[in-house]
Amino acid sequence: MDFRRQIARNKRDSWFLMALVVVALLVLGFVIGFAYWGDYFGGIGLLGVFGVAAIVWSLVGYYAGPGMALAVSGAKEVTHDQEPQLWNIVEEMSVAAGQPMPRVFVIESDAANAFATGRDPRHSAIAVTRGLMARLNREEMQGVISHEMSHIRNYDIRFATLLGIMVGMIALVADFFLRWGFFFGGGRGRSSGSGSGGNAAQGVVFIIAIVLAILAPLFAYMVKFAYSRKREYLADASGVELTRNPVGLAGALEKIAADPAPLKTANRATNHLYISTPEKKHHKAGLFDTHPPIEERIARLRAMAYQAPGDVAATGETG
Amino acid sequence: MLAVAASHYSTVTVTGQAAGVAQGTLPLRRADTAPAPVRQSLEGGSVIAGIIIGVVVVVLIMIFIGLYNSLVKRRNAVDNSWSQIDVQLKRRHDLIPNLVESVKDYMSYEQETLSKVTEARAAAVAAGAEGPAQAAQAENALTDTLRSLFAVMENYPDLKASQNVMALQEELTATENKISFARQFYNDSVLTYNNKIQTVPSNVIAGMFNFTKRDYFEAPDAEREAPKVDLR
Repeated sequence: MDFRRQIARNKRDSWFLMALVVVALLVLGFVIGFAYWGDYFGGIGLLGVFGVAAIVWSLVGYYAGPGMALAVSGAKEVTHDQEPQLWNIVEEMSVAAGQPMPRVFVIESDAANAFATGRDPRHSAIAVTRGLMARLNREEMQGVISHEMSHIRNYDIRFATLLGIMVGMIALVADFFLRWGFFFGGGRGRSSGSGSGGNAAQGVVFIIAIVLAILAPLFAYMVKFAYSRKREYLADASGVELTRNPVGLAGALEKIAADPAPLKTANRATNHLYISTPEKKHHKAGLFDTHPPIEERIARLRAMAYQAPGDVAATGETG
Repeated sequence: MLAVAASHYSTVTVTGQAAGVAQGTLPLRRADTAPAPVRQSLEGGSVIAGIIIGVVVVVLIMIFIGLYNSLVKRRNAVDNSWSQIDVQLKRRHDLIPNLVESVKDYMSYEQETLSKVTEARAAAVAAGAEGPAQAAQAENALTDTLRSLFAVMENYPDLKASQNVMALQEELTATENKISFARQFYNDSVLTYNNKIQTVPSNVIAGMFNFTKRDYFEAPDAEREAPKVDLR
């Protein structure tokens, strides 16, 4: 499997998804502007405002987002002397992936979880919970870190950050319009002087705006979740490519699945970053899940183990 | 622009009027202007041919540059990944004397195992300068002696109680892992690079600029049998 090509495709797909979300944001801006002021100038004006806001917001999120994600989850940076084994495992995986060493963080929580964030491999971080460190052996921890290192190498971290910002912005705008749009809507039409025809058109656009404001966030979340689910499988597979040991990650996921404690410091904005959904809800696979069912991921990893040549149980070079 | 628009307009008016009434001036003017575009299109033909040839040449040059640059990048990736192995091997060479020093008091009956490790280390340090193939052989011998040392250490519960030994063991285990992962990454880069210089079309450029095949860093035989050294 050629990873360079896969990473290139990954980047392309991600830009396409980003473009879709940006277009959704601009369309929403135009329609709300049109509905509000009743003419094209209003629509294009608000579209422009949204466009500029999207750029500024993305830049801020791009540079400050990863730090904020680490801060809200209560992650503390650790050195090699504080956590030698964790640090060594991260370094092992960065050597295996041929990537720079990410910063290493620990979250003081009993829940078993981990995530990676950053804007590119040079500015990246891996955070694991204390609960995960207590439950996993070295081989399993290596599996988890290989998964996170793959998110970094595949540039999933960058697009998870950007997509999170865009989707958040659409949700916020739609929410704001639905809540406050009715109070001001229609009354301020500049075209009200041109007769009742203008008002009727404005009314129609206003209804379209309401429908869009309801649908756009749903669409944006679906894009984000579809993206997130697909990348989890990919990170599992390319993590195994690093360790050449599917059993370690499978074992880790089993322990994480069996762990009942939800991670309290995770929220709607950071859920999709984690290796396993932090909310711990159990139901059938749906369009609004950030992660594929963990049982399915374990099954795929176990299937890889059976394909591997030789005695799989002994393939761990991990020691 | 204005002139073109005017003549176009007048032509339309002529055809718009009854055809028989049309007098010389306007159609004549059209006839005067007619040869010019024909001449242009003849010249245009050779210009277009020139442009096509030019584009083909430029595209060929760009393909050439692209292939050459990607070969250089792959070769640099091989060199870089070799230096990664080198870093880890040096680290192992540095750690081993410390470990031997810390355990020798506990393991007075295992002098032979310890001296084997020390000898293998010295041989590996010496072989380091002789290129991947020789270094790999010596380093693999060192890996084997270290494995037997770790196995013997399992028999000494006192060692497990020593914080210093446990810390050194974790460092050595991690370094062993990093060596094997760096080797994995190095061999992958060598595979990509060797494929590149042996396949069409980049083999032509590789031949012209003397890009040569690189050696793999072979895994030790013991590793193919997948031994398990659980030091946790």
